[in-house]
Amino acid sequence: MTSAGLFDLIIPVILLGAAAWGLYRRVHVFEAITVGAAEGLGTVVKVFPNLVCLLTAVYMLRASGAMEAFAHMLAPVFDRLGIPAEVAPLMVVRPISGSGALAVGAELIEAHGPDSFIGRVTAVMLGSTETTFYTVAVYFGAVGIGKTRYAIPAALVADVVGFVAAALTVRWWFD
Amino acid sequence: MAMAWIWTGMVGISLLFGLINGNVSQVATAAMEGAGAAVTLSLTLAGVICLWSGVMELIRRGGIAAGLSRLLRPVLARLFPENRENQEAMEALSANVSANLLGLGNAATPLGIRAAQAMRRGTVATDDMCMLVVLNTASIQLIPATVAGVRAAAGAMSPFDILSPVWITSLCSVAAGIGMAKFLARRAQS
Repeated sequence: MTSAGLFDLIIPVILLGAAAWGLYRRVHVFEAITVGAAEGLGTVVKVFPNLVCLLTAVYMLRASGAMEAFAHMLAPVFDRLGIPAEVAPLMVVRPISGSGALAVGAELIEAHGPDSFIGRVTAVMLGSTETTFYTVAVYFGAVGIGKTRYAIPAALVADVVGFVAAALTVRWWFD
Repeated sequence: MAMAWIWTGMVGISLLFGLINGNVSQVATAAMEGAGAAVTLSLTLAGVICLWSGVMELIRRGGIAAGLSRLLRPVLARLFPENRENQEAMEALSANVSANLLGLGNAATPLGIRAAQAMRRGTVATDDMCMLVVLNTASIQLIPATVAGVRAAAGAMSPFDILSPVWITSLCSVAAGIGMAKFLARRAQS
């Protein structure tokens, strides 16, 4: 796939561009990048405890079978909103686990076919939403924020609107 | 506080459904596995976070970050009014948004964290910080390369034919997130 080859260029080109421009502007390129990387290490250390706690809960939730139960319960609600019931597990997993969502999504696309309605809705949902709880835990954890105020409700509203819009736009675009 | 409730809720629900479904032992094993998986994930992330933090420092010193922030200023100053004069935050924000648009999620995270650090005032999330998190939880990538890869692997006729629906959907979701954040910020003030 040639288009995928083009995307592969993004990272090397950014790295080279930043370094070459730095040289031209007489920045100590290697020193700058290592100083920044050392700061990054501090971020990793601050994020680590948050990831331990979050992943522990996520793995427990996945093993308990609660996600399947929620997906089953919510399926009729999603059906009302024009979202096929088959996609319900994806929407339950999406805000909680990125790798989990990719696994569920790949399964759905494989099972129903990539060019089917369900396959396309799955792809659009995966492409237009993020792992909300992970992002919240990482950002606020790294900065040491205890009171997250309205960040989580606002982010979840964005997720739900994204799910509904995914089904609507796929139906509208491919009909 | 919200994370405290969510975490306790997740653990409580896991125990409840473990009991109902009779797989408490799997839940217990999963807890240990999850804690272990965090180590692997952090080690993988450590390299990426350090690399992109390094690149951020490099583009800051070279003046690229300042250029990006001038370019994105009309949008970002409106979204983040508390930090419009905070040069460090604005530069990190611009780099964060650029990385997101390019679909470099792993690069966007350390850049966004840097922006959050520059915005920090105490342990309570500011309105701008909430906006930053909302923007980063609503994906704004232009090229959903991962999903296209999954579709290609499954034998899609043209893996990228979902591009326009993804853009429209992202736009709806981002707009909803921004609208909700602004609305809740205003309500908190009054």
